[in-house]
Amino acid sequence: MVETFIMQAFNGISLSSILFLAAVGLAVTFGLMHIINMAHGEFIMVGAYTAYVVQNAFAGAGAAFGLYVPVALVLSFAVAALVGAVVEKLIVSRLYGRVADSLLVTWGLSLVLQQLARSIFGSPNVGVTVPGYMEGSLMIGDIALPYTRIWILVIALLCLLALYLFMFRTRFGRTVRAVMQNRPTAAALGVNTRRVDSVTFALGSGLAGLAGCALTWIGLVGPSLGQNYITQAFMTVVVGGVGSVFGSVFGAGFIGIGQSIFEFLTDASLGQALIFLAVIVLLQFRPKGIFSVSSRSLEDE
Amino acid sequence: MAKQGHARPLPAQPCPTRRAFVGAAAGALGLAALGASGCAQSALAEAAAGADPGAQPASQAAADVTADEVKVGIMHSLSGTMAMSESSVRDAEMLAIEEINAAGGVLGRRIEPVVEDGASDNATFAEKAEKLLMSDHVATVFGCWTSASRKAVLPVFERYNGLLWYPVQYEGMESSKNIFYVGAAPNQQIVPAVTYLAEHYGPRIFLLGSDYVFPRTANTVIKAQAADAGFEIVGEEYTPMGHTDYATVINKIRAAHPDFVFNTLNGDSNVSFFKQLRDSGITPDDCMTCSVSVAEEEVAGIGAAYLEGHMTSWNYYETTDTPENHAFVQAFKERYGQNRVTDDPIEAGYCAVHLWAAACEKAGSFEVDDVRAAAGGVTFQAPEGAMTIDGENQHLYKTVRIGRVNADGLIDEEWASDEPLKPDPYLKGYPWAAGLS
Repeated sequence: MVETFIMQAFNGISLSSILFLAAVGLAVTFGLMHIINMAHGEFIMVGAYTAYVVQNAFAGAGAAFGLYVPVALVLSFAVAALVGAVVEKLIVSRLYGRVADSLLVTWGLSLVLQQLARSIFGSPNVGVTVPGYMEGSLMIGDIALPYTRIWILVIALLCLLALYLFMFRTRFGRTVRAVMQNRPTAAALGVNTRRVDSVTFALGSGLAGLAGCALTWIGLVGPSLGQNYITQAFMTVVVGGVGSVFGSVFGAGFIGIGQSIFEFLTDASLGQALIFLAVIVLLQFRPKGIFSVSSRSLEDE
Repeated sequence: MAKQGHARPLPAQPCPTRRAFVGAAAGALGLAALGASGCAQSALAEAAAGADPGAQPASQAAADVTADEVKVGIMHSLSGTMAMSESSVRDAEMLAIEEINAAGGVLGRRIEPVVEDGASDNATFAEKAEKLLMSDHVATVFGCWTSASRKAVLPVFERYNGLLWYPVQYEGMESSKNIFYVGAAPNQQIVPAVTYLAEHYGPRIFLLGSDYVFPRTANTVIKAQAADAGFEIVGEEYTPMGHTDYATVINKIRAAHPDFVFNTLNGDSNVSFFKQLRDSGITPDDCMTCSVSVAEEEVAGIGAAYLEGHMTSWNYYETTDTPENHAFVQAFKERYGQNRVTDDPIEAGYCAVHLWAAACEKAGSFEVDDVRAAAGGVTFQAPEGAMTIDGENQHLYKTVRIGRVNADGLIDEEWASDEPLKPDPYLKGYPWAAGLS
């Protein structure tokens, strides 16, 4: 009984870390650019397929097979960021300030990217295997903590740390925050806001790609991968507080732990309904999310 | 929390209000969800199909047969979430058509396929069915996968007296005179699998399924069977379609100590479930699972390493040892690539075309009523062995095969019924099933 409880607590934390990884890129792009990126899930998919390709490249490497993980992590970030940069240049940059349009266009883009994946890799899901050192569970008595989930937790924490350092300890991070807070003033002071937009969108896409790589260890790799995570990613951002990257941490924790508890007490379908209900109630009392941003610009429109 | 937010100055945003974002996002997600589930739409499609009285003088689809050509419809999801499963069935049906054409066609006529994409959307399936029957005047249609799509097109086929060959195992409790059910009825897959697993692994059963019509109906059958046979249901869990996190379900399985898990999860969820099951340290030795919707193609997508040792129940495997199957597997791989696998629904799609051709030859006609009248007793020497149409309920006599996934991702047969079993979609042959239909 105690074991079940401890494992369930770990499940809640683990689910939170997965949600955080899936949502953090979205929080970055929306926080800065107010583009509702419905294709965010497909950037996750791009990262997952990159991991698959890298794994195949290492398939004949024998003992070195385990090295594919760090390579895949770096490359999924890079490839997704590159795709993101191209998409930003060609499509998103024309949609700034048009929320409804950006939503529809990026939704269309998500369909295009899914079908593209089908054309390249085929409709069926593809298999990604984890290297030996990530298999199985860390056993503490009767408590089993899967290594894949521990790794994902570590990667999520590293992501959070890196993002913090980038935003608050680098010069570019400061310009990003300046543009977020007041775009016209930042531009007037000489910040190249267009360049900041491009880099930030690429960064957000890259983070999605990284999430995709991590998700291959516990879930599917297929054209519909992104669709399975997009709803929860949006919910995480909304609960956390739009415009706040670090609110996503709390949003992910609220939904992840809440869903694990509800699902354990009831069942998966009802658990999901209950967490939606909890989110609605939460938004009644904190309409701007847990980590609401106090700014006059929010009331301007 | 709010104070904390003020203490560390967080980025503000000048542009749109949050409310606009939430509203727009919710709207778009709702739209996407509707497209994916589409259950509500089938009723609309049905209404649309019904709201067309007298548009045709006779509401009868007349086959458009010329002296050297007969048209047939192929209707599967080639895009959307079901494309991963259905496009392979399309491939198999096209292969069968090519084979028949190469051998001189049906009644001396070449088969001309008209391919339509159901797009994983039930309303689209209903529209395409109507188009195939009333615009293209096809002689018959091969198509559908999910029970929801079959139920969406059923009224269309009944209204225009069309003919659908449905290639997938399903939950039973249906028998339309306009559908031939080429996949397994419950007594040819689910019921014998539960009996076999309970005999070999023990009577404590954990039921796990996706939350829609097939798993819930199948589990209703299993619960009635268990009550009669004295098996114990120690857990019953349903997860939404596309569910990705099974940690909690696995925790519940661990706490319930079942002898085996009877798995009716469908689609992508199987990947997440089996990966997370093994990572949590549960092997087939600790807890066996038996799946009825995981075939060779799904095994490839999950990764053979995760499924090795787990069991499945079907009527056909790529490894099934018949001369017809060796030829079929070879032809399929030559046509579509050596890395492709064959499995039960693929084989059923392939057989459906051959069975229809044989029924037409026997009837000497392409007319639906003639083909139906002649179909009873038609036998095709299929890759899975002799397949005979039961004229009474339009299902097929099929051999049950319980198998185990091996390290190569193929499935080895472990037990098979002595002979093809008579289909029993309403489980009339089982006293315990009396109250189910």
